[in-house]
Amino acid sequence: MSAVADTHAQDHHHGPASGISRWLLTTNHKDIGTMYLIFSFTMFLLGGTMAMVIRAELFQPGLQIVQPEFFNQMTTMHGLIMVFGAVMPAFVGLANWMIPLMIGAPDMALPRMNNWSFWLLPCAFLILVSTLFMEGGAPNFGWTFYAPLSTTYGPPSTTFFIFAIHIMGVSSIMGAINVIATVLNMRAPGMTLMKMPMFVWTWLITAFLLIAVMPVLAGVVTMMLMDINFGTSFFNAAGGGDPVLFQHVFWFFGHPEVYIMILPAFGAISHIIPAFSRKQLFGYASMVYAVGAIALLSFLVWAHHMFTVGVPVAGQLFFMYATLLIAVPTGVKVFNWVATMFRGSLTFETPMLFAVAFVILFTIGGFSGLMLAIAPADFQYHDTYFVVAHFHYVLVPGAIFGIFASAYFWLPKWTGRMYDETLAKTHFWLSFIGMNLAFFPMHFLGLAGMPRRIPDYALQFADFNMVSSVGAFMFGSTQLLFLLIVVKCVKSGEKAPAKAWEGAEGLEWTIPSPAPYHTFSTPPEIK
Amino acid sequence: MAEQPTNKVTHPRSNARVIGWCLASVVGMFAFGFAMVPLYDVFCDITGINGKTSGRYESTERTTADMTRTIKVQFLAQNGPDMPWIFRPVARSVEVHPGEAITVNFYAENPTDRNMVGQAVPSLSPSEGTLYFHKTECFCFNQQPLAAGESTEMPLVFIVDRDLPSHITKLTLSYTLYDQGETQAAALKTKTTDNG
Repeated sequence: MSAVADTHAQDHHHGPASGISRWLLTTNHKDIGTMYLIFSFTMFLLGGTMAMVIRAELFQPGLQIVQPEFFNQMTTMHGLIMVFGAVMPAFVGLANWMIPLMIGAPDMALPRMNNWSFWLLPCAFLILVSTLFMEGGAPNFGWTFYAPLSTTYGPPSTTFFIFAIHIMGVSSIMGAINVIATVLNMRAPGMTLMKMPMFVWTWLITAFLLIAVMPVLAGVVTMMLMDINFGTSFFNAAGGGDPVLFQHVFWFFGHPEVYIMILPAFGAISHIIPAFSRKQLFGYASMVYAVGAIALLSFLVWAHHMFTVGVPVAGQLFFMYATLLIAVPTGVKVFNWVATMFRGSLTFETPMLFAVAFVILFTIGGFSGLMLAIAPADFQYHDTYFVVAHFHYVLVPGAIFGIFASAYFWLPKWTGRMYDETLAKTHFWLSFIGMNLAFFPMHFLGLAGMPRRIPDYALQFADFNMVSSVGAFMFGSTQLLFLLIVVKCVKSGEKAPAKAWEGAEGLEWTIPSPAPYHTFSTPPEIK
Repeated sequence: MAEQPTNKVTHPRSNARVIGWCLASVVGMFAFGFAMVPLYDVFCDITGINGKTSGRYESTERTTADMTRTIKVQFLAQNGPDMPWIFRPVARSVEVHPGEAITVNFYAENPTDRNMVGQAVPSLSPSEGTLYFHKTECFCFNQQPLAAGESTEMPLVFIVDRDLPSHITKLTLSYTLYDQGETQAAALKTKTTDNG
């Protein structure tokens, strides 16, 4: 270790340490970003495998492959792993890699905490995944873990699930503090707030959301812990508690959480579309204000997840209108992306394909969200496959496509090599078709009344379910192609220039590809 | 020193300050999560939503009954999960005039061979009427111990407020009876007594 440091000390250029300690002890934002991204992709494959189990069981009516108890564990773990293990860490990984490069900072503001916040994650998910092998099985009450299903009727492993949530919550909060400190304190001279790249803006706002709601999630699981193990009655009607209270506290966290999973993608897309349209982003300031408005409104709409629990009419109206109001800033963003493309000189490399698909498909998910937001109609859609279709349309082509678009866009910067464009386009088209095949029929299933979270269903739903399963298998297996593309890119891709895309703008394209281990030791000057 | 292009120059705030503010918000939001528990109760109490009837009603003045209106009050009684008691209202419904104090009884019997403690939790429908339904005496204010094989009639005294909105002609009061066991009984006593 010291020998390594000594040889490099002469030119004041410390390279990475060698061996495993590089990864265990690193405080380098690029190393930590890479680890976050690899961890996230691992969890994506694990959660995806669970989705394959779900779709295999739903391929035909009747019980063929798994028992209902295990099916419930699969839906629960799939949701938890995808939300907390795949999507959120992927965005933290992108933030680690890109925020310092985009604002001209040498590293994150709090590099040691950065290391800690990453290494907490594998611990949390080791605990969570280990519940699958415990007596009584893994959590089986859905990723929303409503009380009293998760307290009175939960399996014994629920306590481990609670600790896992606590640990990943601590990790997210530390990550968020790091982003806030970095963005507020480490910007290059001259980079005012309104000159910040959109990805930095969206992440700053996401970090504030995380700080505000992850503690509430920690609070609600702590209440569960006390109800289960210490005889309190927060959610137990027999002891004077109220199960509906759980839903209020949970969704106070849960709704901002869905924006935590999409805002960084908004930011990344706002870089990719201008780059391949060879135009500046249309309406930068309105984009910033729209993200801020979405974030503020996200605190006022939580009860639209629980219209059917008996919210008074006045409350339903308030939450309905507040929810519909979110369509306005979101519409501003979609308009601006389209206006950016308008009369641009467009090319459709893979990042752009994912970005355009993002805009179209996320908008479809937004529209089904508007349908669900209408309180009287929601009574019909509640807990059906329509809801499943809705949130998969915002999360898969929203969050996941946003992450893929970012990965292809910045891979040349990370690895110094280009990926295989043909393979990448194959990855996109198979994902695009598979995803629509998997999730579009779910709209019809939901409208026809098929409930969510069931392993068996009535015969009339058989055809759409089979189509949906075929699409899911297609989408799922295609993701292995992404692994191949990245490995091929790292090993034998063509060398990439500093500015890998001719239309790309920003500080990250002014440094060589691959980005050196240490960048911006001297801050650049922003005009 | 100021000319040297280090990042320190642009620091508008120190990291320690930002971390301090962030940690304070984290602690504050964690506390807010717990504060939602009493806030929720207070909010439901004030607005009467969720069918949560309030605690013991102390009438400030003697009101006269409004003989021009008749309200039908229905009673439901049900057992919580694993509660073996026989629990039912003595009268399924009564017709009352707003403003008059009415006494009704609920019958409870412990058919098991062990001494048990029960706790009734009320809920009123429509929830709009909750603010206008006052209980001056209710068995739900206290836990009900019943010895093995014992039975009892439990009283409820209530007044329907004269200000009850005119479109409400029927109120349904539902009680769910929960098994409190023996060991839990003491610990929960304080929490449940003001639950009304």
